Amino acid sequence: MIGYERYLRYETFPTYWCPGCGIGVAFKAMAMAFDKLGWDPNDIAVVSGIGCTSRITTYVNANTLHTTHGRALTFATGIKLARPDKKVVVFSGDGDALAIGGNHFLHACRRNLDVKLIIVNNSVYGMTGGQVSPTTPPGFLTETTPYGNIEPALDSVKVAIAAGATYVAREAVTRPFFLQKVIEKAFSHKGFSVVEVISNCHINLGRKNKLRTPLRMLKWLESRIIPLSKAQTMKPEELEGKIVVGEFLEIERPEYTELYYNEIVKKAKERKKEREELEEESKGD
Amino acid sequence: MGKKVILPGNYTVAEAAVAAGCRFYAGYPITPSSELAARMSELLPEVGGVFIQMEDEIASMGAVIGASLCGLKSMTATSGPGFSLKQEHIGMACIAEVPCVIVNVMRGGPSTGLPTKPSQGDVMQARWGTHGDHYLIVLAPTFPNEVFITTINAFNLSEKFRTPVILLLDEVLAHSHEVIEIPDPSEYEIIERELPSNEQKDLKIYEREMGKPPVYPNFFSGWTIHIESLEHDEKGYPTTVPSKVEKMQLLRKRKIEDHLDEIILWKEHMLEDAEIMIFAFGTSGRSGLEAVKMARKEGIKAGLFQPITIWPFPEKVLKEKFEKIKKVIVVEMNLGQIIYEVERSADDSVKVDGVLKMDGTPVSPLQILSRIKEVHK
Repeated sequence: MIGYERYLRYETFPTYWCPGCGIGVAFKAMAMAFDKLGWDPNDIAVVSGIGCTSRITTYVNANTLHTTHGRALTFATGIKLARPDKKVVVFSGDGDALAIGGNHFLHACRRNLDVKLIIVNNSVYGMTGGQVSPTTPPGFLTETTPYGNIEPALDSVKVAIAAGATYVAREAVTRPFFLQKVIEKAFSHKGFSVVEVISNCHINLGRKNKLRTPLRMLKWLESRIIPLSKAQTMKPEELEGKIVVGEFLEIERPEYTELYYNEIVKKAKERKKEREELEEESKGD
Repeated sequence: MGKKVILPGNYTVAEAAVAAGCRFYAGYPITPSSELAARMSELLPEVGGVFIQMEDEIASMGAVIGASLCGLKSMTATSGPGFSLKQEHIGMACIAEVPCVIVNVMRGGPSTGLPTKPSQGDVMQARWGTHGDHYLIVLAPTFPNEVFITTINAFNLSEKFRTPVILLLDEVLAHSHEVIEIPDPSEYEIIERELPSNEQKDLKIYEREMGKPPVYPNFFSGWTIHIESLEHDEKGYPTTVPSKVEKMQLLRKRKIEDHLDEIILWKEHMLEDAEIMIFAFGTSGRSGLEAVKMARKEGIKAGLFQPITIWPFPEKVLKEKFEKIKKVIVVEMNLGQIIYEVERSADDSVKVDGVLKMDGTPVSPLQILSRIKEVHK
């Protein structure tokens, strides 16, 4: 048995994803990261929302929770607060995390709860047939932008940094080695960690934009990808339409459950004790 | 022996929740329920529990479900607009069969409506707020002294039947400071959810006899289980197979409907010899009892039927009462919601009347008395 196989729930296979879909690459990178870190499946919770990516929870051998559209982070917050000793991973798509779940994304970053968020960004609502998403490139044709997309794409890395996440990276399914590395780093980091995974949907985005085969779409993605170290030497106009990948942020900041249990619970218990002592004293009066 | 204290309903719910074993609260500020959250933020850390103010109502309900899946008795509180927002996740708790308690302090609606004024406009939303066929329990205390024990019952029923339980208060009951007695822990039972034994290896978490709630493990307790918002099979995995779908739909229906005798709670006041029944709960029930007492002084035999469980509706007991009592006046702070259920429970020999009022003020005993007199003629 290959090491990461213990994180796969074979009885639920085959997966639901289209042949050539990048979600599988992200899934494998996660399973390999689990294995590398030696996490026990029973100590892991994987939570997801709705969409192609979110179907992953059926296939992962861990404590898994498939929730509602955009809200996976809220369930994960409850789980992490209830069991701060356990590992909590959220798997989400671009529509799930950045459109309907945008509010939860901001506040999860801000709280710095020790939860790991992986956003598989394929720039489209795949499951519903290919509608425009918050990360669809401008000009692209989709089911709901038949004349071309006029909205700019949201940069999840900038948002995560601005909102207070403490580990932020972006990688692509065309770079599986680096992808696994940043997922490992995110999993090892204490605090809210975000990894955006640039992925392909040749079926529901590619077919309308002359990228209808996996290879053609992956090659197109590859042509746009610039490693961060190289991007830092390039001019803004050269970076137009490119996707910069790498590790953008890794900082230390107090983690939420530690603050809660070490400060809030401690203060409350002290105050309760003082109150009870006062009550005891007044009984003697 | 209990102890006498002066508390508003919102605080009483908080005290009772902690006594019931609640160790997780996630909420969002909203009038007229906010004091409940404030009190929980003081109480829960004292007992090592978690209080968190989330970014919105939807998030609060999500966090509650997440924490409950880890084995913590969990709750949230809200009011009309927030209750509307929580509905999708109440459905999630229904389909995944996750115990949780949702307090809805009813205010005037629809929309932002009357934030500081009472209503009972969420009777139907409490039952049918989320989409799809679903079954849950809704409790509504009437008198301040019932709030504590009804909250305990809400947690007990929730854990036992693995279902969301909605506790309906109204603004008057939530905000009025009154003398109440907090019962001693020896005076009530606390129910914990049933868990599978460690010997069970290949768990089918939703498999059980028809009529029984499921027995599945908490997260991180030795089984790597899957919890689904999609319709699922006995293992919790997504399915669209008609026979499996139908079975799960029926399992969730029957785990409630086969236990009505245990779930349905009610009280009656001066109903034995009554000719006119007042059917009311919450602050309307309190006015109803005053009106009954006034009517009795004037020689009119009136009595109060006070449901505590309003969903499932106490149809069976009401039908028994209607064998003798042929006149009923339904009192509610809305333009007619629970009256339709009373009508459904009454045959043609019973005359159903209503004092239905929605102007942001409670129904007064005198308004009810005058209707009693009209009906009595």
